[in-house]
Amino acid sequence: MSAVWICVLVVGLATVAIKAAGPLLLANHSPPPRAQAALEHLAPALLAALVVTQALGGDNGGFAVDARLAGLAAGAAALLLRAPLLVVITAAAVTAALVRLIT
Amino acid sequence: MHPTSSRTYLDGVRAAAPIGVAALAFGLSFGVLARSAGMGRIAPVVMSATTFAGSAQFAAASILGAGGGLVTAIVAAVLLNLRYGPIGLSAAGAFEGRWWKRAVTAQLVVDESWAIAQRDDGRTDRHLLVGAGLLLLVTWTTGTAIGAFAGDLVADPEALGLDAAFPALFLALLWSQVRERSKLLAALGGAAIALVLMPFSGPGVPIVVASLACLIGGRRSV
Repeated sequence: MSAVWICVLVVGLATVAIKAAGPLLLANHSPPPRAQAALEHLAPALLAALVVTQALGGDNGGFAVDARLAGLAAGAAALLLRAPLLVVITAAAVTAALVRLIT
Repeated sequence: MHPTSSRTYLDGVRAAAPIGVAALAFGLSFGVLARSAGMGRIAPVVMSATTFAGSAQFAAASILGAGGGLVTAIVAAVLLNLRYGPIGLSAAGAFEGRWWKRAVTAQLVVDESWAIAQRDDGRTDRHLLVGAGLLLLVTWTTGTAIGAFAGDLVADPEALGLDAAFPALFLALLWSQVRERSKLLAALGGAAIALVLMPFSGPGVPIVVASLACLIGGRRSV
């Protein structure tokens, strides 16, 4: 088997296992209240980390400041104006595209 | 036990439609990149349909293409996907049925489908998750196939600013989450941990460690 297919197979199996782990571990019993409270705070913690890494992450780790940041600022402005999700995303993409066009 | 959801699978498809356009475009560029990295045409499509996690696939393909070695490619991709451990824990309440059914449905979890399925009460909506996950799986895999087989036709998704759509999506979904003070603190904690770790650790690690900020919620007496 070639290296490419070994990579596809191993990464695929590992990802399937990682994705299934949480739903299988917490299958048939509710966690205790404090653990449940922590679980309910996972979403904001993870979403905030995703915002930071997707807006500022470089290709090989570290930071890269580029047009994504301008796009994110436009998205935040749209949010402050209570725009719907589609408008927020479009504002971010169009702004980033324009910044790349003129720089 | 769970409050019944009034949302349908179709609501999930609709909610994910705009980000599905971006997933199609990035699937295209993954197909092109993977083919030029020597992965052939079939393997990238199989990888998109089974691994179904964009950043890990880009990392594996670019490391293989740069001659970085099989083990390095696998380790980088698995590290990037470790965040699906905590994400899966957070979404666990959305799954039901026998173990194999839960395990199969869990494969539809990607950052975007999970984020779209977050409800204001802190739970994950199963219908939104499945609808959004299926749409993204189809657009991502279709995009990869087009890129791998007809890559010459493709526009650069970054020139269209589509890479900025993802942080904006996550910010918008975070926005509706942080009405309570403790959740705002968890978000600030997660962002701070990610910022501090990003210069030092490989990609993937900051998000996993940032999930520890959820303990802010567990500390409060309920």
